[in-house]
Amino acid sequence: MTMRKVDPRIQVSRRSFLKTGATAAPAATLLASGATLGAESAWAQATSLPAHAMATLTLMARDTYPHDQIGDAYYRKAVAHWDDSAATTEAQRKVIAEGVAMLDMEANARFGTDYIKVAAESDRVTILQAIEPSPFFKAVRADLVVSFYNQKELWPKFGYEGASAQYGGYLHRGFNDIDWLPVS
Amino acid sequence: MTNAAKFSQSDDSVFVIVGSGAGGGTLGNELAQKGVKVVMLEAGPRYTIPDFMNDEWPSFSQLAWTDARTTSGTWRVAKDFPNLPSWIVKAVGGTSIHWAGASLRFRDWEFKTKTTYGDIQGASLLDWPITLEELAPYYANAENRMGVNGTNGIPHLPGNNNFKVMQAGAQKLGYKTVFTGNMAINSQPRDGRGSCEQIGFCFQGCKSGAKWSTLYTEIPKGEATGNLEVRPLSQVIHIEHNEQGKVTGVVYADAKGVMQRQKARAIAIAGNSIESPRLLLNSASAKYPDGLANSSGQVGRNYMRHTTGSVYASFERPVHMYRGTTMAGIIRDESENDPRRGFVGGYEMETISLGLPFAAAFFDPGAWGRGFTSKLDDYSNTAGMWIVGEDMPQETNRVTLDPKVKDKFGMAVASVHFDDHPNDIAMRNHGFKQGAAVYQAVGATRVAEVPPYPSTHNLGTNRMSANPRDGVVNKYGQTHDIKNLFVSDGSQFTTGAGVNPTLTIVALAVRQGDNIAGMMTRREI
Repeated sequence: MTMRKVDPRIQVSRRSFLKTGATAAPAATLLASGATLGAESAWAQATSLPAHAMATLTLMARDTYPHDQIGDAYYRKAVAHWDDSAATTEAQRKVIAEGVAMLDMEANARFGTDYIKVAAESDRVTILQAIEPSPFFKAVRADLVVSFYNQKELWPKFGYEGASAQYGGYLHRGFNDIDWLPVS
Repeated sequence: MTNAAKFSQSDDSVFVIVGSGAGGGTLGNELAQKGVKVVMLEAGPRYTIPDFMNDEWPSFSQLAWTDARTTSGTWRVAKDFPNLPSWIVKAVGGTSIHWAGASLRFRDWEFKTKTTYGDIQGASLLDWPITLEELAPYYANAENRMGVNGTNGIPHLPGNNNFKVMQAGAQKLGYKTVFTGNMAINSQPRDGRGSCEQIGFCFQGCKSGAKWSTLYTEIPKGEATGNLEVRPLSQVIHIEHNEQGKVTGVVYADAKGVMQRQKARAIAIAGNSIESPRLLLNSASAKYPDGLANSSGQVGRNYMRHTTGSVYASFERPVHMYRGTTMAGIIRDESENDPRRGFVGGYEMETISLGLPFAAAFFDPGAWGRGFTSKLDDYSNTAGMWIVGEDMPQETNRVTLDPKVKDKFGMAVASVHFDDHPNDIAMRNHGFKQGAAVYQAVGATRVAEVPPYPSTHNLGTNRMSANPRDGVVNKYGQTHDIKNLFVSDGSQFTTGAGVNPTLTIVALAVRQGDNIAGMMTRREI
């Protein structure tokens, strides 16, 4: 018996991707942009916050929780709700707007350009470390650890299968199928 | 529920129980079986098994007690989760919905820690006013009613992958007592409930009903007698008393937030070790200015949460730790009292697993960047264990009423202060070292020490004592100060022992039910 593996491919139909992607930004923008994660053009349709702030948050999301096997769209989705006035209060959006300004000030002081234009991840991480104690960073990180990792579509990438009760649990699906331990 | 009773609020012959978890739910059934009329008030809603969700965050929102609390002290929880000192349930069934099922008896010396350990500086150790011998028949009763495997001829559960990794490492290290535990999880159909399907979401409410919870065992059995009425969404705000000092009823907020009064012949509180002292303190009156049952000043003190921590290890090949029961097995070799290790008391090593969303939140709270995310990249190849050991009671570790923060009913919220005792730190570090050694023995490529989660084992804030000046309740959980007021949850614990507390809470509740029935027959209450 060999262990039952988890198919790491993200199981999502184009239809559902378009549907959920639409909450982040118009799907056409997302799919057509092909731009980098820090691109403001991906957030041209942002309503509550400037495109620059949303682009900054998106790049900050990847720099905070970098997983090279995860595509940009999932980082965009994880921060999209900050632009949603129904999901976010005015006070929260103010924290974001002021935080982005602070991040850019730090980036300009260190590298002479805005955060989204700093090319190396390691350089951007030093900027984040500088603002780590701020309410802005704390709020974004605390939110992101849920909004990013709670995307079910990502779970197979990490080898996590999630809900099992509807399949009768893992009783007949590999709960004890480990095959590499030394025989005692 | 068809036979469930409905009692009048003005009926002063009813026994009121506040809380419906392992302690309150069990006591309610015991009393109902003996013909006592019981009204059980539960702050949370009533769910059924199909309502449970195999999905960590939505389930947390559904079940957890997330009403405001505040924290202070040097424990890391106060920094990482300042408003979430504990992870317990607000629903009918209480934390017996969330618990993992581990059901171990205390050892005889764990009832006598002051005698056994001697004076430990800074620790308020005290011997329990009861012994293992006295509790043994009630442990047997609890094991039978809960269906604890490894007792009553019930087979042990099969081990999952996470257990097999821990077991292989433990054997290489020379540990002897390594098995799939004494779990209150059916390994075969029993008591009208099915057997474990290895679903893996024990913390989110067992969707097969294989794991014992008062929600679908004690409570419906009690209701079937016609003597038990459960009122969900009924949060008790304060307890009332008469001029003689005896308690006469409770005021509670109903589902609409309207204040209601239920008269009572006697009252037992079982709201877990944070809410129970909160309620006693919040019931202060002219006669009892420091709160009910608090002439000793001990209400809220000696808050214990077990010395905990987790060890997660990455391997070259897959483990899929989330498949199967969350607490799938145990190493007991470190559970003896061996002060040569540099600390008194013992600890267990029990497998634990978190799904990806909770792993992200709890592996290293607040951490970010590649050092952290690389651990999650290893998720499928990760095995995990939880260390749970005895912590030292300290008078300054305590639950008080927050002077500023109020809940939606205007009731002062609980504030939880906790500092680790040096003995706790020494024990945790030993557990981290041994846990790492277990995994390294079978080829772990990286081992991570994970700090304590918000407390699931909340104990000791209304401690049991022989002498009224040392504690809040006597050996029957009856308050020293007020004859018809009882405590029926883990807050009674004099000391915490090095084992998961639920079995002992249930055994104490069964014993208390016997004694309360006797007191009522003798007209003592």
